[in-house]
Amino acid sequence: MYGVKMHIDKDLVAASATPLVLAILAEEESYGYAILKRVRELSGGELQWTDGMLYPLLHRLRRLGYVTTEWRTPAGERRRKYYAITDDGRAALAEQQLQWVTVARALGDAWRGSGGLLTALGEA
Amino acid sequence: MTVDSIEPQIAEWRAYVTKAPAVNGRDVDELEDHLRDQITELGAGGLTAEESFLVAVKRMGDVDTLSLEFAREHSGRLWKQLGLRDEEELARPSTGWLEALIFAVAAAVAIQVTRLIAQFPEEEAGWLLRNAGFFVLPIAAAYFARRRQLGTRGWVFAAASFVLVGIVVNLYPYGATSATEILVAVHLPVVLWFLIAFPYMGGTIRSHERRMDFVRFTGEWFIYYVLIALGGGVLMALTGSILEPVGTGLAERIVNWVLPSGAAGAVIVAAWLVESKQRVVENMAPVLTMIFTPLFAVMLTAAVFTYAVSGVARDFDRELLGVFDALMVVVLGLVLYAMSARDPSAPAGLADRIQLVAVSSALVLDLMVLGSMVARIGELGFTPNRAAALGLNLVLLVNLAGTAWLLVRFLRGRIAFHPLERWQTTYLPVFAVWALTVVVVLPPLFGFI
Repeated sequence: MYGVKMHIDKDLVAASATPLVLAILAEEESYGYAILKRVRELSGGELQWTDGMLYPLLHRLRRLGYVTTEWRTPAGERRRKYYAITDDGRAALAEQQLQWVTVARALGDAWRGSGGLLTALGEA
Repeated sequence: MTVDSIEPQIAEWRAYVTKAPAVNGRDVDELEDHLRDQITELGAGGLTAEESFLVAVKRMGDVDTLSLEFAREHSGRLWKQLGLRDEEELARPSTGWLEALIFAVAAAVAIQVTRLIAQFPEEEAGWLLRNAGFFVLPIAAAYFARRRQLGTRGWVFAAASFVLVGIVVNLYPYGATSATEILVAVHLPVVLWFLIAFPYMGGTIRSHERRMDFVRFTGEWFIYYVLIALGGGVLMALTGSILEPVGTGLAERIVNWVLPSGAAGAVIVAAWLVESKQRVVENMAPVLTMIFTPLFAVMLTAAVFTYAVSGVARDFDRELLGVFDALMVVVLGLVLYAMSARDPSAPAGLADRIQLVAVSSALVLDLMVLGSMVARIGELGFTPNRAAALGLNLVLLVNLAGTAWLLVRFLRGRIAFHPLERWQTTYLPVFAVWALTVVVVLPPLFGFI
């Protein structure tokens, strides 16, 4: 975690935000802070978001009908807004996965020979 | 670590974020929850409460950027905060009225000059009636082109579209007391209004969010215009009564001078009011919708039952289709008002159900009449008026049928609200194309009778 951090381009972070959040919600329903923690975990801390920016994104997913929301108070905790993925959201996620795999494969093919850095990604 | 020691700071932060435009109370709750989670976790890692607070706030991000991001998502809220989009305007709010006044005076003068040239109302020139929209709406378009700082290409495109329509409308050789000429006079303002959409949206006519803004603008503009017209009417009536003893004909002259100029200038003034006094009117659209949607729902349902019991009237008035066009326009207006005032992420509620009742009753009613009307037109043949009325009816019918279908799916929880908005914004060009068809295609089709 304290190693040299790779700087990931702003546009790439933005583009990957939607599939990442949808994928996290596809695992289980969650709330803002926990989603962000999961993003950090998954990326080994390399995907850095400004925390607040997660919420407009979540609201957009909500407007598009990809997630539903509910305010709930789990026992012994604060009241929180929980997000759960819908069928539309799963469909959108599947579509996004297809696109990312295609992009990753194309890049992997193009860069084959220059270290094969992305071949592993292409297979993922 | 105890969070209590930093409660005042958290409260202060909350107050600061609450002030940000486009972030509402519920959003702040959510953000605060996030902040507290972050503080707790950082505290567990060994930081003091103050340190945790500072880091957590820093991670949350700059409030202005955050607010802008929220505004981008919640375009309805953004609409209430036009300053966000035009930060430069925010910097020079005091000059806004002067700019509007100049354009309003220009519109008033333009209409007055043409009135004098046409010697209206002594002589009733058909061309004056037909071109009425041209003396005001291009000025409104120029006003927006300036405000949105359109590039040269934008200006040229906007101007060219007006000129093109102007040429077509004035080259047609209409017959005396021509029905198509009256149709053109009625539909031309609609076409020109859609031409304003281009500069209004700053040239981004593909953007569905901006289209929704234009719908909102149209609705709010209408409210303001009606209010100004009512006030102006009272003023004119009083002036007329007061001046009556002074001299005959004086009141009439005032009407001739003040009425056209006032009506033209008010177009710009209302547009400016919508732009700058948004907060005042934003409460009006929801209230109007709330009052009139249930009333219309009741009226329409009663009408459906009456028609069903008594049978559709046997002898149709020629005007009836026009009445139903007006009805559908009003229902569509209510739908659009409701949509523009609604929080798109709110769940389906009673208001949506009432709206569905209103829309579907209007549909049933219209279908009943339409069936008989088409048969009758088949007997009597098409006239320009019938063709225009029937076409408009079909255009509205398709829109409302789509709306009803999507509303049903939305109420059943099958879809989010978003597709409903999308449907309306996607459909907008159809109205423009239809109005343009009546102006451009219908007259030659019927030989300019």
